Amino acid sequence: MARKTPQVNAGSMADIAFLMLIFFLVTTTMDVDTGIIRQLSPPLPPDAEIPKINERNIMKILVSSQDLLLVNDKHSDINNLRAEVRDFMSIHPDNPDYPVVELKTFDYLGEIPFSRGVISLQSVRGTSYDMYIKVQNELTAAFKDLRNDLAMLKYGRRYEDLIDENIIGAINKAIPLRISEAEPRDIGGN
Amino acid sequence: MSRFKKQGSKEVPAISTSSMPDIIFMLLFFFMVTTTMKETTVMVKKTLPSATEVVKLEKKSLVSFIHVGPPMNTKIYGTESRIQLNDRFASLSEIQEFVAKEREARDEYDRKFITTSLKIYYETKMGFVSDIKQELRKAGALKINYSTRKEIARRR
Repeated sequence: MARKTPQVNAGSMADIAFLMLIFFLVTTTMDVDTGIIRQLSPPLPPDAEIPKINERNIMKILVSSQDLLLVNDKHSDINNLRAEVRDFMSIHPDNPDYPVVELKTFDYLGEIPFSRGVISLQSVRGTSYDMYIKVQNELTAAFKDLRNDLAMLKYGRRYEDLIDENIIGAINKAIPLRISEAEPRDIGGN
Repeated sequence: MSRFKKQGSKEVPAISTSSMPDIIFMLLFFFMVTTTMKETTVMVKKTLPSATEVVKLEKKSLVSFIHVGPPMNTKIYGTESRIQLNDRFASLSEIQEFVAKEREARDEYDRKFITTSLKIYYETKMGFVSDIKQELRKAGALKINYSTRKEIARRR
């Protein structure tokens, strides 16, 4: 003879759910962490040779302790930095004022001109972190512009609209984020 | 005259509450999924600089945080910028040990994906920041993230 299982009283279900709901409501923090990603270079062995880089391939950016910008020893403004970096890193074949350009072959992209330019970013100890982030932000924006241009040229859409991981990787390789950070100079106080 | 008067009782029928648990459960699941538990209490000022070109930090479990800034409780700890690792103030030399511990705590496979998120107060001087970066380089924590607030990009 089959026995009936007695009905479970579900009246207090709402209360239990409420209790848990309130717990999670209170503990929830909704902030998403955002930031600027950078890759540090591994420490050099003490006897390492300093690689020689052609003068014309370097764009020197110095941020002083008063948070003023010097680009290639000339005063500059944070609002112009993006355009300047973009101009410097874009392709100018056979122009001695710009970095050396060479043809390089990349997966998916084929043979395209590749700029050997490097951005050298130097800050002093007294530079404020706020200013440093502003500069890093402008540099990121400039490189994003360049990648956008290449993606537009090759695929007719913007860099951030690309979906294929391989293509994104290839573009990242073709326009690498070449920012060399010198150790800060011990001037300018703390 | 009252031919068209309603015949039944005038009482408003009771609203069925039987679907209430379902609604509550729906809300509950939403908050359960979006919740991240707070792990440490930050003891330093945490106004971050803002930037436009930010990326979202993925995989929270593979991120270790370093907080830097002047302490909130200036009466006890003074106004000098300090480093906070986990729940306490630390000195520069302790960063390497911290990174090693963080690495130990992750699976072997995940170790190379660990990102160090630097939450640095915006008025901190770069000298202090680069000292920290040098320590991170020595410790082999090369993937870093300068934590910033997102600012709406303006078109130029």
